[in-house]
Amino acid sequence: MVLDIRGLAVTFRTDRGPLRAVDDLSFSVEAGRTLAVVGESGCGKSVTALAIMGLLPPNARLSGSIRLHGREMSTLNPAEWRRRRGRELAMVFQEPMTSLNPAFTAGEQVAEVLRLHERLGERAAFDRAVALLDRVRIPDAARRARQYPHQLSGGMRQRVMIAMALACKPRLLIADEPTTALDVTVQAQILALLDELKRETGTAVVLITHDLGIVADHADDVVVMYAGRAAERAPAARLFARPEHPYTVGLLGAAPRIEGGPGGRMSRLASIEGTVPDLLHPPEGCRFAPRCPFHGTDCTRQPPLAEIEPGHATACWRAPLDQVLAA
Amino acid sequence: MNEPLLELRDLRKHFPLRDALGRARGAVRAVDGVSLAVARGTVLAIVGESGCGKSTLGRLALRLIEPDAGSVRFDGEDLRALSPAALRARRRDMQLIFQDPFASLDPRMTVGAAIAEPLRLHRIVPRGGEASRVAELLERVGLRPESAQRWPHEFSGGQRQRIAIARALASGPRLVIGDEPISALDVSVQAQVVNLLADLIRDLGLTFVLISHDLGVVRHIADRVAVMYLGSIVEEGAAATVFAAPRHPYTRALLAAVPGRGIKAPPIEGDVPSPIAPPAGCRFHTRCPHAEALCREQPPILAGGDHRAACHLQDRLPPAPPLQEAEPGGDRLRRLQAFFQPAGTEA
Ligand SMILES: Nc1ncnc2c1ncn2[C@@H]1O[C@H](COP(=O)(O)OP(=O)(O)OP(=O)(O)O)[C@@H](O)[C@H]1O
Ligand code: SF4
Ligand SMILES: [Mg+2]
Repeated sequence: MVLDIRGLAVTFRTDRGPLRAVDDLSFSVEAGRTLAVVGESGCGKSVTALAIMGLLPPNARLSGSIRLHGREMSTLNPAEWRRRRGRELAMVFQEPMTSLNPAFTAGEQVAEVLRLHERLGERAAFDRAVALLDRVRIPDAARRARQYPHQLSGGMRQRVMIAMALACKPRLLIADEPTTALDVTVQAQILALLDELKRETGTAVVLITHDLGIVADHADDVVVMYAGRAAERAPAARLFARPEHPYTVGLLGAAPRIEGGPGGRMSRLASIEGTVPDLLHPPEGCRFAPRCPFHGTDCTRQPPLAEIEPGHATACWRAPLDQVLAA
Repeated sequence: MNEPLLELRDLRKHFPLRDALGRARGAVRAVDGVSLAVARGTVLAIVGESGCGKSTLGRLALRLIEPDAGSVRFDGEDLRALSPAALRARRRDMQLIFQDPFASLDPRMTVGAAIAEPLRLHRIVPRGGEASRVAELLERVGLRPESAQRWPHEFSGGQRQRIAIARALASGPRLVIGDEPISALDVSVQAQVVNLLADLIRDLGLTFVLISHDLGVVRHIADRVAVMYLGSIVEEGAAATVFAAPRHPYTRALLAAVPGRGIKAPPIEGDVPSPIAPPAGCRFHTRCPHAEALCREQPPILAGGDHRAACHLQDRLPPAPPLQEAEPGGDRLRRLQAFFQPAGTEA
């Protein structure tokens, strides 16, 4: 097991009171596998990623356990965490421009990581950097290595970020919406590249996305998050074949497909009414209850994330949902 | 009345680039020879990746910006020939919905005032009749009439987009252009707004131009679709036909790149070239898996009858991979989803 998270909770101190951004979250990822964390804006995906990286801001309080190769991380002091992070963890962000330094060339930034990690000399590090840029399929890598971030396209910048991540030979790679800012044809290239690198290096991948299509094509396992909590957790194929949380069911119907839906053009899409709750005042009991077509009086109590099949867990009092179909 | 409501002919718009000293340094060829017609009461989608010129085309169509060349006819009338006063009067017939519902509403105006503004501007309702018309519009987009007294910041993204839609509808337009109207919204909220747009288009008989990169939404609401690449249209036809049997390699790549189809290999390599110096010949040849010598030399013309494509090889390409009816959730999922019935008014 590369990563094992148990009962993770993150609370922010804010002017308007404590905000619990992540609550009782548990999942694990094995080497060479991709776990997708999927959910809408504000559901706590990025906070989860930052918690694993040890990069939470000072107003955050973390509880629960984050184990990397069996070693507990959450009790480490920041300096130790940073050291371990450098050696074992790497992260790719949505907007590469904000994480690249505009004052250094692409090659210099990759070389810098190599110098820290492999204690390489300047010359050797730069040569290795060019090789890595070539490996992430940057055309004409030797020339591109001498260019600054603003001279590169969004897709190429993301490749540079991936090269920097690879330079650490991480055991766990966290990719937070790595393709959301990119065009679809470039998105397909970056996702294929991540798949290939995972296959070749055996790194474990946590892929954060709001796109269920990406989950279907690129993830082995998936955690669906809603308002800071795991609504459902399952092997990806199983989630699509037999979703067991009403939120997952609604999400699967919300995005029309290019094949054309069963109802035809302009037919009604399944739609989850209302909006996501304000995390400063989350609803009592099941957080999805105000938007759930199946809610009942029992839903004022928080449903636990419980297995209904080995490996498939859902947090819903109505599960298995076949009950509501039989009723 | 077979004459199209909107007709674009050979439209061209280049944005000149200047260096720090103000000297001309080439131009972004945003729209480069586009001709399109939108029939009354139909939905045309314009799709393509960022920078292909789709937003510029939308603004040209509404004459929010002036073309360098070409014509825009609305209801048979050349918009470029109109006097400023006549154009202002025409504006009530043509409205735009923007992508960002946070930027498109004035934070210092109540929701009611924002919706009433076009009513007043075009003197659409008699004095004193505004409030009831605003209430009607709010209900039309699924919001409570009392929302009129509230401020934009009190509403969520999806609700603000409903307000922006109510405002666009206030003047009773015949043509509405939506420039990525749902892409800033959360997935679950997107479906609400798509349902609303579909209702409005049907009930009001709107002619609608949807500018979008979301091919699922395009398939769901468009009658016809035009695919743009580097400032020009590479394929155009009935949406169902273009999706089922795309004739242009770029359209095929776009469709294959939509996640969730089980296609793991990227359909094409490389980035979109710069619109400042687009490739010679067919602009897509640098990324096209089928390109031949001819493609590098000669720009193909948009040809074919009702389903047109700009590709030298369009009659010789292998068949496109079929759109599989991949619905792993099957009947069980469909029955569960039937419980997600859109309700009426919210907020
Ligand atoms: N530094 C912070 N201080 C206070 N609240 C925060 C902070 N960072 C995040 N939050 C809150 O935590 C919640 C979860 O945020 P997070 O960024 O993890 O969402 P996300 O799932 O990544 O959303 P998106 O899809 O928009 O990226 C949100 O309500 C957010 O406002
Ligand atoms: S616990 Fe109740 S409210 Fe929550 S998802 Fe299940 S049925 Fe809906
Ligand atoms: Mg995020």
